[in-house]
Amino acid sequence: MSSRGRSRITDDEINELISKLQSLLPESRRRNIDRASASKLLKETCSYIKSLHREVDDLSDRLSGLMATMDDNSPQAEIIRSLLRS
Amino acid sequence: MTATGSPGNPNPNLSKPMLVHHFLRALARVNRAAPKQSHARRSRRIRCAAYASMAAAAGPGRRWSRVLLRRLRSSPSSHRRRISVRVARPPRIATASSRVETLRRLVPGGRSLGYCSLLEETADYVRWLDAQVQLMQSLVDFFSS
Repeated sequence: MSSRGRSRITDDEINELISKLQSLLPESRRRNIDRASASKLLKETCSYIKSLHREVDDLSDRLSGLMATMDDNSPQAEIIRSLLRS
Repeated sequence: MTATGSPGNPNPNLSKPMLVHHFLRALARVNRAAPKQSHARRSRRIRCAAYASMAAAAGPGRRWSRVLLRRLRSSPSSHRRRISVRVARPPRIATASSRVETLRRLVPGGRSLGYCSLLEETADYVRWLDAQVQLMQSLVDFFSS
């Protein structure tokens, strides 16, 4: 691990960052960590990031499908067109 | 909707209006570029637009956003998520350090960061990624209503 030339990181600083990360996880995932275990937290965080990446993929797909309907005469198509007018 | 620091948005640095602004603009560009493109192609472009606008809204103050902006601007058509090829390995115990390595791969620019910086970047990246997903979900709901 590359040294950044900083002074040594204290346990308190690490703990603070860990609890910051912990607060970012949605409630359902926080329950998977019964103790403040750095290893479990890292595991949950990695799992959460992967699921967010998958959601971006899925939502991009759905937006693509919706945008394909933009030329229709439906009210939805008009909404999409007006929002994307630039 | 207040931009920053409101009760529903405790992070003073995360600007949802900027996220909306960048993403809508990017979506309009995707549509203008090739109106009759294939679904798969448009889907890929929208995905790139999501990461690019997220990084643009976050600004250059973070490693992850700088890395994403550099990656996506230089060759937008070739931006692919790295597909990891799973080679059969004997099962191993996931150690804390191997999990840190996984995190390094997941957070853009995470490879060369010290542990402390990596955690800070992760926290920021997750906040923005979460907001981006919420925005996209809202748009899907809105367009589908």
